[in-house]
Amino acid sequence: MTNNKGLFAGIPEKKGREPISNTSLLLRITICTFFGMYILAMLVWGRGFLNPQQFLDLFNNNAFLIVIACGLVAVMIAGGIDISGGGITALVTMTCVVYLDDRGGSVIGSLAIALGIGLAFGLIQGILIAYLDIQPFIVTLAGMFFAKGMVTIVSAVPRTAAQEAFVALKQFRLAIPGIGFYGKTGNFIPAKIEVGVIVAIVIVLAVAVILKWTRFGRNLYAVGGNTQSALMLGINVKRTKFYSYLLAGLLSGIAGYVYMLHTGAGDAANATAAEIQAIASAIIGGTLLTGGVGSVIGALFGVLSLKTITSIVVTSGLREPYWQSITTGLMLCFFILLQSVVLALREKGGFKLLLPEWMKLKRKKSGKDNTPGKDLT
Amino acid sequence: MQNDIVLSMRKICKAFPGVRALQNVDFTLRNGEIHALMGENGAGKSTLIKVLTGVFPKDSGQIHIAGINREITVKSPQEAQNLGISTVYQEITLCPNLTVAENIFIGRGNYRFVNWRSMEKRTTEILAKLNIPARASQQLATCSLAVQQMVAIARAVDMDCKVLILDEPTSSLDEHEVAKLFSLMRELKSRGVGIIFITHFLEQVYEVCDRITVLRNGEFVGEYEIKDLPRVQLISKMLGKELDDISALQNRKASQAGSDATPVYEAFGLSSAEGTKAFDFKIYKGEVNGFTGLLGSGRSESVRTIFGADKVTGGRVRVSGKNVKIRKPKDAMKHGIGYLPEDRKQDGIIEDLSVRENIILALQVMKGFFRPFSRTEAEAFADKYIKLLGIKTASSDTPVRQLSGGNQQKAILARWLLTNPKYLILDEPTRGIDVGTKVEIQKLVLKLAEDGVSVTFISSEIEEMLRTCSRLIVMRDRNIVGELRDEDMTQAKIMHTIAGEAAQNG
Amino acid sequence: MAKGLNKFARSQLVVPLLALFLLIVYNLIRDIGFFSISIITNNDGDTVLSGNLISIINGASELAILAIGMTLVTASSRGQDISVGAAAAIAGSIFVNVLRGNQITITTILFAFLASCIVAILFGVFNGTLVAAFKIQPMIATLILFSAGRSIAYWINGGATPTVSSPLLEAIGGFIPGIPIPTPILIMILFGVLIWLVLKFTNLGLYTQAVGINEKSARLNGINAAWIKLLSFMILGVCVAIAGCVNVCRIGLINHESLLIDIEMDAILAVAIGGNSLGGGKFSLAGSVIGAFIIQALTITLYAMKVPSTAVKAYKAIVIIAIVVISSPIVKEYALKLRDKLFKKPAKITENSPESFSDGV
Repeated sequence: MTNNKGLFAGIPEKKGREPISNTSLLLRITICTFFGMYILAMLVWGRGFLNPQQFLDLFNNNAFLIVIACGLVAVMIAGGIDISGGGITALVTMTCVVYLDDRGGSVIGSLAIALGIGLAFGLIQGILIAYLDIQPFIVTLAGMFFAKGMVTIVSAVPRTAAQEAFVALKQFRLAIPGIGFYGKTGNFIPAKIEVGVIVAIVIVLAVAVILKWTRFGRNLYAVGGNTQSALMLGINVKRTKFYSYLLAGLLSGIAGYVYMLHTGAGDAANATAAEIQAIASAIIGGTLLTGGVGSVIGALFGVLSLKTITSIVVTSGLREPYWQSITTGLMLCFFILLQSVVLALREKGGFKLLLPEWMKLKRKKSGKDNTPGKDLT
Repeated sequence: MQNDIVLSMRKICKAFPGVRALQNVDFTLRNGEIHALMGENGAGKSTLIKVLTGVFPKDSGQIHIAGINREITVKSPQEAQNLGISTVYQEITLCPNLTVAENIFIGRGNYRFVNWRSMEKRTTEILAKLNIPARASQQLATCSLAVQQMVAIARAVDMDCKVLILDEPTSSLDEHEVAKLFSLMRELKSRGVGIIFITHFLEQVYEVCDRITVLRNGEFVGEYEIKDLPRVQLISKMLGKELDDISALQNRKASQAGSDATPVYEAFGLSSAEGTKAFDFKIYKGEVNGFTGLLGSGRSESVRTIFGADKVTGGRVRVSGKNVKIRKPKDAMKHGIGYLPEDRKQDGIIEDLSVRENIILALQVMKGFFRPFSRTEAEAFADKYIKLLGIKTASSDTPVRQLSGGNQQKAILARWLLTNPKYLILDEPTRGIDVGTKVEIQKLVLKLAEDGVSVTFISSEIEEMLRTCSRLIVMRDRNIVGELRDEDMTQAKIMHTIAGEAAQNG
Repeated sequence: MAKGLNKFARSQLVVPLLALFLLIVYNLIRDIGFFSISIITNNDGDTVLSGNLISIINGASELAILAIGMTLVTASSRGQDISVGAAAAIAGSIFVNVLRGNQITITTILFAFLASCIVAILFGVFNGTLVAAFKIQPMIATLILFSAGRSIAYWINGGATPTVSSPLLEAIGGFIPGIPIPTPILIMILFGVLIWLVLKFTNLGLYTQAVGINEKSARLNGINAAWIKLLSFMILGVCVAIAGCVNVCRIGLINHESLLIDIEMDAILAVAIGGNSLGGGKFSLAGSVIGAFIIQALTITLYAMKVPSTAVKAYKAIVIIAIVVISSPIVKEYALKLRDKLFKKPAKITENSPESFSDGV
């Protein structure tokens, strides 16, 4: 029957493998780009890039950013945005340092403060956005302003934590067995990671599990994919959105503590522009601001790619500071255009990216059938 | 005797600002019946359904459902689901970025973690049982609209619902798919599910339903057995008047095709990027012609190509005998072509703008960016057409989104009439609007033709086309497969032409 | 009369005007002479107006100009341009570098402004192309220039912060001899009038709103949606150039890092405080300008209260949240219900769309 065509139009002929989803396609592109870039750097500039410690330092220096990006991805998947991450990070570092040094606080106490600040921001921002329906950009912008203003109210001058237990924790390094490099005297120096990295990795895995295997995680995708449908499907949209901001707030709090474990200092200038870097990382990692598509693994590789390109620029001799942000911009531009083109081609007709226009089979697309949701653009 | 009642709603009232949407409406649904809910647009069907599914709270009245001994209040769609009330809406309310399996299971039951394997296994079973051609792990966006609608139904069915509400589920399906849906409905009925079916297609009501409840202006008109209520009576109940109007409409069999007059519009080998195959077409002054065919046959795509709405990839066009280029809508507008699109919400109205701005938009664009109409001019235009077409609106300042579907459609019609077109394309102008307005629009089409405007009219209801058109172009698989006129224009002949080679292929 | 009042009560300008009014009243209670305008003679010997009111309006000039452009971009593209600060730094750098290469006369200033205008418009075209042709969300598309823009300015300036000084530039950034009103205010008013005329004598407003509300439908009515979006970004480019050049004239040097820093956030805030939806569609330029004044008035008030400049942001955040919470439809609806309950009026149905009832409010 010809009529069957209409029904079967959307089904690929092959019964074998599923065509990969947009989420995983964008993720694969990012991961390949990162490794491609890093291997290229090892081949061209060798030395530093061949040192495993330099690779691990990517994690050591940016663990906090990875954590912020994880929360942001959850929010972005649900179709929102959170730009308060950097501000909260700065506020947490300052408050904890003041607490540890001036109030004779304990490590546990400071950790509780960090989580408390993060949760408080998440709670208030979540209520305002989810239940009062206020634009997330404005709410989290205000959150950022508030946090940054509060930092200077807590302490007008930068501080460094000197509390012993904390310093011990800060200086703890986990050596990775079997990986390392030989120093100038020929002795083997194992490569090391900081505590914050362990935290960051655990969080990446935890959020990845939440997104893939929990009801809350899948609800996030549903809400971001089509809010109205999600409501009709019986999902509590408001609660889902609320929890996404709560999660992002909590993770920003943790990110603050991770930042402090790395530098040990409280400073209003801490984590400046971290929110923008987190957004950039999420985008490079294939998370769409429109919602419904994204992954934390992607965000992790987004952070790594962003930082690798910076060190490549420095290594290749462009030492003026402006080259770093210009290349960051170029890289963003590249990824954004790439995603736009890939998604547009996919929407148009199957996965025939690599074929030039004239080689493509004439596609059979009827106006009604096969129209993918608009949120995939 | 009342044991078989699965749902009863008594004296339901609901008001919106300035409108009494429902006044003391009763509705009773029994086990294993398919119950049509009928009424014009604005009669309160959708409101009643939304009250039942917890989208709106009711102002007063009682709802009882079998198995629960007290009066119930439904606060959210989720609660409705838990009570065994499942709904499939006209617009597909699924998430395109999730898999088919997830769309069937998300938001249901109590679970914390997702067991993908068992979920997909269950889904495969359900899909197989209902004979739905999709795979569990497939992304929903890659399914056709019809399959998506079937998935929505599969979800509703799997929830062990007592009440299944189908709110215009057939408007995006072609005939074959509708038949499939009906067999599914009959099977559910035999399992004792009560089905509420809302549709604008009368034939479908008589094909599948057991009982009809009619609403009018938010009031309950009556509940009837299907056999007690012939078609004509149903329409008169819905309209509240006898239907002389509709029978009075006569199509003008004044086909000019073949005469040696210059056609108003002529296309040779026109094709578009949206997949219409090259076609020839012409229309004469004062002629009403129609494109017909199954949904997806290319009828809408063809007229979109004529208007330049999709990317035109080839062909020549002549307007009143002169060679012209129509690449984008504005070119077509310049040559006196107007186009009322199929999808009123997506392509037609600009919902937040006022009725006035919506009406003057096309003429304003033709007049030019640097020459805006003054407020007085704009108001004069808008008021004239609001009066002429009887658009029901508080004022010309009212945002068009606040109007009912039929009145929105009239506003778009007004927009194109204002441009004083030579050739007007109307793609499904009567879809999803009430019977009264449908008749008005058909009359208007004939009136326009009398005044010398050429009209292309597309409708899913073949009777409408037969009444208004003097020539029908039949499409199948994006090709024009026949042209019918005069005595050939009968329902049987059209069906035959549409089916044509399909029988041979099958 | 009553109907007109009722209409006003529902207009989007109510909350912002009320907020501005409260700010003014608060300041008057705190210090009755807060808004007194005095006539003083400044260092150059000119007679000029001085006072908090003048400094509020003066300080808000660049922000108001940018807010106007941002409103148009928001309306047409349903998103915001976060690169305006960075683009203004580039425009300012071009302005300074052209002037430094030449003798500063009115002609060269005009030429330099024109050059920076062209550059700013080109960056607007870049952003606009990404948004209109590649269908990238505005905030993401402009993120590129946001991260690279100030570095580009740094690169143009050769890593320095060059200064320019001339009485002519001081006249633009300060006072024109003989006119007691600060020139930036005049420029803002001039620009406002220009935009008003453009909106009156073209269909920019109608087209922009149509594109922002329903792009597909706008296209089927013959509107070139991509062009309208691009145009809005180009107009914002002009706003950016004006704001950048005025700011350079004001401070007499170009610092790529601090010139109009965070202005993008303030401009977006001004749009939102003015009651405009950040989701595009219908817009009110007056609202955005009032929004800009609110932000500036707030800043000046906080300074007057001796709040340290670094902490101003925290207080600003609280006021912003208060304003958006009050203007939130859900809160309005709740307030109306409460009013009806308190005054025992018969149950009145609120203006809000029925959708807001959904999902357990």
